[in-house]
Amino acid sequence: MRAPVTSFELVRPASLQDALALMREGGLVPLAGCTDLYVLLNAGITPGQRFVDLWALDELRGIDVDRGVVRLGALSTYREVMSAPAVVGHLPMLVEASRVVGAEQIHNRGTLGGNIANGSPAGDTLPVLAALDATVVLASVDGERRVPFTSFYTGYRSSVRRGDELIAHIEVPIRAGRQWFRKVGTRAAQAISKVVMAAVRSDPPRIALGSVAPTVVRAWATERALAAGATLAEARHVLSGEIHPIDDIRSTAAYRHQVAGNLLERFWRDTESAR
Amino acid sequence: MRFTLNGREVGTTAHPMTRLLDVVREEFGLTGTKEGCGEGECGACTVLLDGLPVNACLVPVAHASGREVTTIEGLAAHALQRAFASEGGVQCGICTPGFVVAASTIPADATDDEVRERLAGNICRCTGYGGICRAVAAWRAGRPRTAPADAGSSATE
Repeated sequence: MRAPVTSFELVRPASLQDALALMREGGLVPLAGCTDLYVLLNAGITPGQRFVDLWALDELRGIDVDRGVVRLGALSTYREVMSAPAVVGHLPMLVEASRVVGAEQIHNRGTLGGNIANGSPAGDTLPVLAALDATVVLASVDGERRVPFTSFYTGYRSSVRRGDELIAHIEVPIRAGRQWFRKVGTRAAQAISKVVMAAVRSDPPRIALGSVAPTVVRAWATERALAAGATLAEARHVLSGEIHPIDDIRSTAAYRHQVAGNLLERFWRDTESAR
Repeated sequence: MRFTLNGREVGTTAHPMTRLLDVVREEFGLTGTKEGCGEGECGACTVLLDGLPVNACLVPVAHASGREVTTIEGLAAHALQRAFASEGGVQCGICTPGFVVAASTIPADATDDEVRERLAGNICRCTGYGGICRAVAAWRAGRPRTAPADAGSSATE
């Protein structure tokens, strides 16, 4: 049964400053592209009674590049991410992750900030941000604080974001090396990942995976092993120790171990000649 | 709250978190837009918001304020509807409005692969998609091309 939305309160601040003041009052659920939130509401799951609408806050929009860093407003839709020259030119694997997150109807509404805030272990852009060592810029009435993306999540769907903070921007440093991205789902479109991997062929390489643990996994030990000259078989073994997949409705732990290793091999072979 | 619905300015007093889907169906009686999955997977509720396809089951009506909404009823005279009928792109019909609305935004110079990707957010459980792809191809073949002729790229149509 659907949630009774007419009993909810929707607050619509006109500026980021107003939104942050409201967040400080507490008890408010942020709302933007609604591609995750309304799925919950349609299923009768109610994450709160009071919502704050961020959709009109243009301060949280825009994508630019400055001194080697691509800065994306949290409200950047997948459509905007995929078509921004800074992203197309410097972050091809973020283009690919945004493209496969859903179809056009989702591209036009879903946001990068929402993918981070929702914190699903299967979030398709999250391995990209982890592999590139992005920074999450959190805003509150006290100002901004910057959190390395690899220490943003503390557990399944939980993060260091305080209840009075909003994700304002995401900063992604431009890295040397060929970028590689692959999502494995049940079908080519409209699927939630069984395993998703983003990697960069740099020295050392950068490797991150989704849907293989309660949060996105940065495969630090696998990166070190490959940088030290490990064989692919050895690197697969190290990777299997770094991920903790489970059996769930979409796949099994055994399948995910196998596919994660296959993706690692595929990444390494695909990027061999391009170094 | 006011917005433009199929070219006509309208007002609503619906709760701002009411789904756009429910407002167009229940308040304005435009029942061509269907509810399928309620999860943004099937595309049966596709409408255009400022010309872009969105899932109306995932849009609070507040986000239509001051914007332009186009439903299947706003495309009643669209050549795609005839193409779907003549090419066998319709069986049970539940997915059809969403497909037509989504397909209506496909540019004339799209490749066949791009067409398939543009329709990836719409699911049909009857036709096997063959009739739908033929319908879109027939419609595109009948459209004047605005892009410069690209030798060979549309030779299979």
